[in-house]
Amino acid sequence: MNAPSTEIGRTMRPAEAAPAIEVRNLVKAFYDVSGDRITLAATDVNFTVKRGEFVCIVGPSGCGKTTVLRILASLEQALSGEVRINSATPPAMVFQEASVLPWLTVAQNVAFPLSLKGVPREQQRTRVSELLALTGLTEFADARPHQLSGGMKQRVSVARALVDDRDILLMDEPFGALDEQTRLTLQQELLGIWERTGKTVVFITHSVDEALTLADRVLVMSPRPGSIVADLAVPFERPRDVVELRRDKRFWDLTYEVWSLLAASPEH
Amino acid sequence: MANIHPSLSAEDIERLKAPARRENVYRILSYFSPLLLLLLWEIASQAGVIDRRFFPPPSAIAGTAWKMIVSLELFDHMWATLQRVWIGYAIGAVPGVLLGLILGLSSSARRVLGPIFAALYPVPKIAILPLILLVFGVGDASKYVVIAIGVFFLMFYNTLGGVMQIPQIYLDVARNAGATKSQTFRRIALPSALPSIFTGLKLAAGSSFIIISAAEFLGARSGVGFFIWASWQTFAVSRMFVGIVVISAMGYLTILALEALERRVVPWAKH
Repeated sequence: MNAPSTEIGRTMRPAEAAPAIEVRNLVKAFYDVSGDRITLAATDVNFTVKRGEFVCIVGPSGCGKTTVLRILASLEQALSGEVRINSATPPAMVFQEASVLPWLTVAQNVAFPLSLKGVPREQQRTRVSELLALTGLTEFADARPHQLSGGMKQRVSVARALVDDRDILLMDEPFGALDEQTRLTLQQELLGIWERTGKTVVFITHSVDEALTLADRVLVMSPRPGSIVADLAVPFERPRDVVELRRDKRFWDLTYEVWSLLAASPEH
Repeated sequence: MANIHPSLSAEDIERLKAPARRENVYRILSYFSPLLLLLLWEIASQAGVIDRRFFPPPSAIAGTAWKMIVSLELFDHMWATLQRVWIGYAIGAVPGVLLGLILGLSSSARRVLGPIFAALYPVPKIAILPLILLVFGVGDASKYVVIAIGVFFLMFYNTLGGVMQIPQIYLDVARNAGATKSQTFRRIALPSALPSIFTGLKLAAGSSFIIISAAEFLGARSGVGFFIWASWQTFAVSRMFVGIVVISAMGYLTILALEALERRVVPWAKH
């Protein structure tokens, strides 16, 4: 376990006007000892995310988008460049795979961040039941994770990330492993939650469709070493209906645009 | 039930249920197959196919056992053995689990201290029994120590293996939720490693009874191992077999108890 990045720690400050997240000239590389090989995961990544904005990052698999998100979450450190998180609270993360702790019940999983902080039990219970209601998990409060479907597990992850009410939500392909139908349902629910809570969201996905459905802005990443090759505004009005959206011609125009960007990015 | 499936004929339903029924037959047979071995032994011994002096028929052994139960003479030995096993087990298991957790979580501790344990592990526990008797005397302390050493390594390596297999994502979750080091230790590492810890506890229980038997052969005036040895010295073969069965049963029941505990404590793991 490494200590959280001091660089991020130092620049953490609540500033009303400043963007929630600023990333400048970020470079991340990995060194493989056995092969004596250096792999560039991301080069010269630049972007900002405004307070309350929903931003999606799309890119081919292995382009370093997850790495960028992990750096924002202080789970990894950048090699160089600058990352500013302008928030009083560290970002909360919703992970890719099943990150629900199997030895805890659904309610205990959701309460996990609160119990680490020593929040009084009564307060935890109240807050957890709010979150369970918000994510439609109330009747599964005492279930064990192995009794849940993939969609339910990701609901638990979302509820856990929201429970201590941090300003920034980082989501790493949270719906990637789900079937299409469950995914649409969860996307709709996430939009509802986001509209109610006003969080700043950075959402990683490899699905163009998902990015356009959810985001205010879509950042397109090139293949490895990844960098941001386009920053597209998504014009659809809110609140959005994930199904109705597909009747909008602009949706398909944007889909085409993103796909041509992804296809045109040079392979390294 | 058949009326719930109007589209299925009686034969279809019969065919569907057949494998489960066969499964039941095998389960019942599996209970009785060990008894079949005892029956063969009985017949062979009675008929003189195998030497009665070395392999008295199970019925004769059961008779001896019954006499010993009535006279209560075996219970003191069982109690002496159990006490040694449990105390030695606890002395070995607690540091084994703690060190396993620490070395599992800290790669620097693992790299520095790991080779020490790796070098000591292959030493046969029984081989150092004379040394332990020399240092700790012929009393119970030497029995605790030899069991503790055996248990320690099994618990240490099983816990270490369990911790090293913790999915990285659980550690990431803890970190993102703001867990301190000690919270990660107690709330993530320990529960993640519990299934492996239980595997270690069961293995260690089995090997504790092996070690205590040998230890009681050599330096003890009580215990089931001593009883087996004393029976050998007086050529009381039936009594020797009773001792063997009793110590096996003690090990077996301990493992059953640990399995029951495991189902309660680790309800999320597959059993």
